[in-house]
Amino acid sequence: MDKLETATPEVVLRTSAGERRATIIGVVLMALAAVVLGVFAFGVPTDASSTFNLSLPTDAIQGVAWTFNSRIFSAVAGILIFALGTDRLRRRHLERTNLALGIGLLLFVLALLAWAAADSSFSLVGMLRSTVISSIVITLGALTGLTCERVGVINIGIEGQLLTGAFVAVILSSAFGTWAGVAGAMVAGALLGALLAWLAIRFAVDQIIAGVVINILAVGLTSFLASRVLSEAQDLNAPARVSSIRIPLLADIPVIGPMFFDHTFFVYVTLILVVALHYGFFRTRWGLRARAVGEHPKAADTLGIDVLKVRYRNVIGGGLIAGFGGAFLALAQISRFEENMTGGIGFIGLAAMIFGRWLPFGALAAGLVFGFSGALAQKVGILGTGIPSEFMLMLPYVATVIVVAGLVGRARAPAADGQPYIKQ
Amino acid sequence: MTETRVPEEHESQPPQPGTLMTRATGVGTSVGRSLLLPTLAMVTALVIGAIIIAFSDIDILRLLFDDPGAAIGQMASEVSRAYRALFRGSVGSVNSLSETLFAAAPLLLAGLSVALGFRAGLFNIGAQGQMLMGGLAATYVGIYVSLPGIIHIPLTLLAGFAGGMIWGGLAGLLKARTGAHEVITTIMGNFIAVFFIQWILTTPGLQDPGRNNPVSAALSGTARLPRIFGSGYRVTIGLLIGVALVFVVHWVLYRSSIGFEFRAVGSNPEAGRYAGMNVALVVTLAMALAGGLAGLAGANQVMGLEPYKASPALAGAVGFDAITVALLGRSNPVGVLWAALLFGALAAGGRAMQGAAQVPIDLVVVLQALIVIFVAAPGIVRAIYRVKAPDEKPTQLTTGWGS
Repeated sequence: MDKLETATPEVVLRTSAGERRATIIGVVLMALAAVVLGVFAFGVPTDASSTFNLSLPTDAIQGVAWTFNSRIFSAVAGILIFALGTDRLRRRHLERTNLALGIGLLLFVLALLAWAAADSSFSLVGMLRSTVISSIVITLGALTGLTCERVGVINIGIEGQLLTGAFVAVILSSAFGTWAGVAGAMVAGALLGALLAWLAIRFAVDQIIAGVVINILAVGLTSFLASRVLSEAQDLNAPARVSSIRIPLLADIPVIGPMFFDHTFFVYVTLILVVALHYGFFRTRWGLRARAVGEHPKAADTLGIDVLKVRYRNVIGGGLIAGFGGAFLALAQISRFEENMTGGIGFIGLAAMIFGRWLPFGALAAGLVFGFSGALAQKVGILGTGIPSEFMLMLPYVATVIVVAGLVGRARAPAADGQPYIKQ
Repeated sequence: MTETRVPEEHESQPPQPGTLMTRATGVGTSVGRSLLLPTLAMVTALVIGAIIIAFSDIDILRLLFDDPGAAIGQMASEVSRAYRALFRGSVGSVNSLSETLFAAAPLLLAGLSVALGFRAGLFNIGAQGQMLMGGLAATYVGIYVSLPGIIHIPLTLLAGFAGGMIWGGLAGLLKARTGAHEVITTIMGNFIAVFFIQWILTTPGLQDPGRNNPVSAALSGTARLPRIFGSGYRVTIGLLIGVALVFVVHWVLYRSSIGFEFRAVGSNPEAGRYAGMNVALVVTLAMALAGGLAGLAGANQVMGLEPYKASPALAGAVGFDAITVALLGRSNPVGVLWAALLFGALAAGGRAMQGAAQVPIDLVVVLQALIVIFVAAPGIVRAIYRVKAPDEKPTQLTTGWGS
């Protein structure tokens, strides 16, 4: 409402903030360069060599691998990061600060892997494949979040929807088969979505409070039923594992094939959903109306859009997506139900939504970044580097804090996000 | 767009003459009216809980198709057995009452933490992590410092406060400096704290000698909280500290100038900024104090609970229950006290219910969530019972994800 008045000072502020950010990131890059040079390059013998395997044992084309001298590799990476850092500190190319940070982090991770795999080999393509797998739930959580927030309803209950979806999926899949499990999980997610919508829209309960209470309810209910039902009838906690569908030809491409084209149907559906939601929100009348409700509900109402109906529909639809994510977690990733098995992944999904700027493709990209940090933690933990495993396990959560702390820039939420709409 | 409203409630007004209860709770003008809603919320939650108990026993469900009459009879007896155990375990005997108070103490401290955050417009979901950090700091001081109890106990508590304060303050600082939403940073802080404590409790010096899982050595005898009613009852002076802090937090919020700034920034940060308040400082300080209160709850868990050792599970689920305590208490320190006593009773009774009736204690979590839903959305209760419960403005603190 006062956009015009504040426009000028904001621009001024942003420039100085940009310079400050460049300085901070410059310092961060310098620190990374110091670690890369000091630990990764000079912490290995001169003649140590690292091998990155680029094919899996199941691949058609075998033996693709990349072997190099560990110290030279890390030294080059360290010098490059150092150069990027100097560039930031001298305040050049301010608009490319995020890019510099991204490249710097990538080089850092590669040097870390080279160091961890010194005098041994490491399955790079295996890690990239598990990056894709662990990104799926995060992406689905982010898609749930943006489906709700694009119409102005904050959904903090994604975690609970995932957990409940996982629980229902395990029981129904064990009893009646995979498809019943998936369908039941989606219905369960949608029911919790409906509860959130009902509390937030009909009773104008604060949306974050409603979401948090839904999470508590989901944790309590699934734990209660798990220890009462699943411990008695253990055959209900044994869903059939969902098998992978290998896409002919595409799956045989080195690296890309095992990464993207040899997965369960959940992965393909998620990728299609990203495209469909992008098309829906930005190319259809439905999407325009939905976004209008999230940006300026009063104007949308004036134009004859039923604000509350649009909100109900999207929040329940978001629940379907989250339920699907819960089914993936329980049927394809873990294959059984454990109390509290989601472990905060719904909240990481929310962070991915913010990181991805409320865009479906952004959600996917952010999901891959968070999935990568999870896969990295897992694989480097296996290599045995002397870094305590707890610190590796912290990585996805630390990455989430860094992301929402805006090290990667500020994004703008839909204007009416979190505001109840009361028709005059 | 970034407007935040936490409606002022009656407690900020000067005490008015009235019944003893009104003066004691400071809520409302009529005891009946102000207790009607929570009572009905609890009754409704218990009814739903009964349905959940009845329909989650596999053997009874199998019987339902063959002999519905017998199945319904068994359901009724199972529910009554569970709820009788719940009642006996919470208020049925002197020992049960002591267990209720014992369970209420950490809920009270952590509940005050979340309530203080709410008043400053901040949603502290990180009480769990702050408890772990506070408990860890208290463990250090409790093991390594040797002093007479009269100094050692306050010092250990102070360490717990400081540990939680740093962890909470960090989230506040991140919010103040970068706009990172505290809901996400504090939840991530919970996970980071768990992994951190898992690691540090396996390092020599802290780990209990001879153990290979993350458990600390026991606190020295001078750092343990004395029990109020003798060694037979587990309730410690941790409860008295909590009750004292109810008044301290009330005084800070409603009688001190920093408390005024907390509430002003909580209701409307823009207005606070125009009034010349340092919003960044207020946000950081509020989160730090909230973290400190949760840290005390963590210290209470290592100093007041046998075997006086820290472990990654020291916080139990208290940090999350604290959210429901604060919501039920409507973020009012005195309300938090009553809510902590109620949920302490549920926790103590739930343990008895699990032991005597084999109904998992997780039911208590469900009951808490349901009670809070019905209190937060009084319209549901009004529609079910067709009563005129007091119409209070709902708590609104959602600000979206921006700054």
